[in-house]
Amino acid sequence: MTTHNTEAASGVQANARQGSAEIDINSYNDRIVRYFVLATILWGVVGMLVGVIIALQLPFRGANLGQYLTFGRLRPLHTNAVIFAFAGNAIFAAIYYSTQRLVKARMFSDAMSLFHFWGWQAIIVSAALTLPLGITTSKEYAELEWPIDIAIAVVWIVFGANFFLTLKNRREKHMYVALWFYIATIITVAVLHVGNSLALPVSLTKSYPIYAGVQDAFIQWWYGHNAVAFFLTTPFLGLMYYFLPKAAERPVFSYRLSIIHFWSLVFIYIWAGPHHLNYTALPEWATTLGMTFSVMLWMPSWGGMINGLFTLRGAWHKLRDSVVLKMYVIGITFYGMSTFEGPMLSVKSVNALSHYTDWTIGHVHAGALGWNGFMTFGMIYWLVPKLWRTELWSQKLATTHFWIGTIGMLLYVFSMYTSGITQGLMWRAFDETGRLAYPDFIETVVQIIPMYWVRMVGGTLYLTGTLLLAFNVMKTIAKAPKDLPDPAFALPSSAYSA
Amino acid sequence: MKRFIETSGRHRKIEGWPLVFTILVTLSILVGGIVEFLPLVLVKSNIPRIETVKPWTPLELAGRDIYIREGCNNCHSQMVRPFRQEIERYGEYVKPGETIYERPFLWGSKRTGPDLYRVGGKYPNLWHVRHFDDPRSTSPKSIMPRYTWFQKQDLNFDGIGRKMQTLQTLGVPYSDEEIASAADNAKRQAAAIAQDVVASGGPANLEGKEIVAIVAYLQRLGTDIKGSSASTAAAGISDVPSGTN
Repeated sequence: MTTHNTEAASGVQANARQGSAEIDINSYNDRIVRYFVLATILWGVVGMLVGVIIALQLPFRGANLGQYLTFGRLRPLHTNAVIFAFAGNAIFAAIYYSTQRLVKARMFSDAMSLFHFWGWQAIIVSAALTLPLGITTSKEYAELEWPIDIAIAVVWIVFGANFFLTLKNRREKHMYVALWFYIATIITVAVLHVGNSLALPVSLTKSYPIYAGVQDAFIQWWYGHNAVAFFLTTPFLGLMYYFLPKAAERPVFSYRLSIIHFWSLVFIYIWAGPHHLNYTALPEWATTLGMTFSVMLWMPSWGGMINGLFTLRGAWHKLRDSVVLKMYVIGITFYGMSTFEGPMLSVKSVNALSHYTDWTIGHVHAGALGWNGFMTFGMIYWLVPKLWRTELWSQKLATTHFWIGTIGMLLYVFSMYTSGITQGLMWRAFDETGRLAYPDFIETVVQIIPMYWVRMVGGTLYLTGTLLLAFNVMKTIAKAPKDLPDPAFALPSSAYSA
Repeated sequence: MKRFIETSGRHRKIEGWPLVFTILVTLSILVGGIVEFLPLVLVKSNIPRIETVKPWTPLELAGRDIYIREGCNNCHSQMVRPFRQEIERYGEYVKPGETIYERPFLWGSKRTGPDLYRVGGKYPNLWHVRHFDDPRSTSPKSIMPRYTWFQKQDLNFDGIGRKMQTLQTLGVPYSDEEIASAADNAKRQAAAIAQDVVASGGPANLEGKEIVAIVAYLQRLGTDIKGSSASTAAAGISDVPSGTN
């Protein structure tokens, strides 16, 4: 019999022994999940709003407002906000909700959970302050300077400790597949963050990396690519494996497929980073390795997509009435599309055209808006009624969100494909005398400005959808009961303990 | 394989051992990075040295940090690829040995504006001064924002030595004398650029402003491969002590 650190805020007597130590009464910490859900929505709105602003700054330079709000300073704020604040809080909500239920134990420590929550929000606020001030390392998705990097490491370690100690307290012997993905996330993000952030400080706001040139470029894209892998893919696959079967009320399609695609995904993903450096000064053997593993990555990625979509076998009719399942189907489909597109873009001959153009921007937004966004929205629409113990305020509004978001996303992605391919072809065009057909770079920019406007409209629609979600959740919470005790459950104390 | 993945197979066992599972995951994710990174550090032929490639001068270093502060790398790459159309448009493709003093690397991932690796010496100093003040004055349809504050804000000359000291610790071959005289050296190079701007008919009194640092940096970019004399001539500098350039 293990003891559990389970002080329930609601006053449920945690771990009380009933009579002869045969029944445990325990509870889940859902308050922390509510916090993370609200933070997800708040930062989602902020991050996407900054996205719309920088989308406007490209066709309309008047939107560059002074020294602190230029495109160059706001773009990292947008990427950091949507990745680490929006998607970050979403995966923490998913992990805190599902882990407790999958292991039948409360999170190890309420204090550590709260420290994780407030620490992470403080890091986000410090990013929102330092990036416009020009305090940046310039390394993509790792722009934050060294004091914030240290704070990230500390908060992440507390999060990891809280998670693993909860696993230790588990009352289910075997870990469900979602937990495998959470483990991979926690370990790998820690390794990547520390590895890429190693730097020597000059002052509190400036540091130089210990790597230079080619090595720095390699390490950065080892990190950058695997931030996509282990911050935006593996935790969301874990989320999918828990929340999709719950919403569809169907078991996962294939246990064997989940084993095969999990291990191949975590092994292969790490090798793929150098495809961001095709044809650069990185030695060719490295980019060829990166390209080869990127193409191999297609299969484990589609293993996840197939396991997700086939879980809906016999449940497709439920899509008509369930906005949650609608969101998941679009989310998983976009996962499949972007994990096909990614390997394709990594192939050198394709990359020669696409690299440095908006095609890359279109590609990441297919993944970010489609997969990360819609999986998050689906989870929130499923979770909010459970966490606040009341029906969703408006199903209709949620369905409207679904359609507005989908249309916005399609406008975004296809305008960027058009712009990227157009500009890529113009850069490489020669006239019949063998000279560049468009020797002035600006000609190739003027050509794609209309697409920048379409992109901005698409992004604004997507943001509007998120605002509808925020409004719907606010209205739902307004009619929720005042008292929200942590859900309690009873188990025979002879249940498995590690 | 079948024994491993069947419902009551061997994988089922490690699903009950979180520690073992976590160790196996850790090993799986370490392999790829180690195999790809170690040769870049250990095998010298991966990054062949180029004799003429030298560390940044103090002023250029300060300019480079302004480039980083403004996030220029979000719209401009610094990596000419070995394609005919890129060599035609930008100049010689970038060699690994040219990048050894780039901390951090600034190769970029998006060309909203053109690549800048070979921009050194391509335009006169005054062109850059005007372009930063209003990009439309040199490229009429440009979508780049104005950087008017470069001509207004004072450059922090005294902080440069500290930066060079940090870089020296990391292995950049700056001598102690160079670090001690960093501010003076930077002021000399700044004065030369400011004089050249005035001589070409541009605004006066720029020698203490940020603009001269960023111009010095851009004028140095990608020029070392032509030999050090070419790079100083292009930047309009003649009195920078040898060894720092």
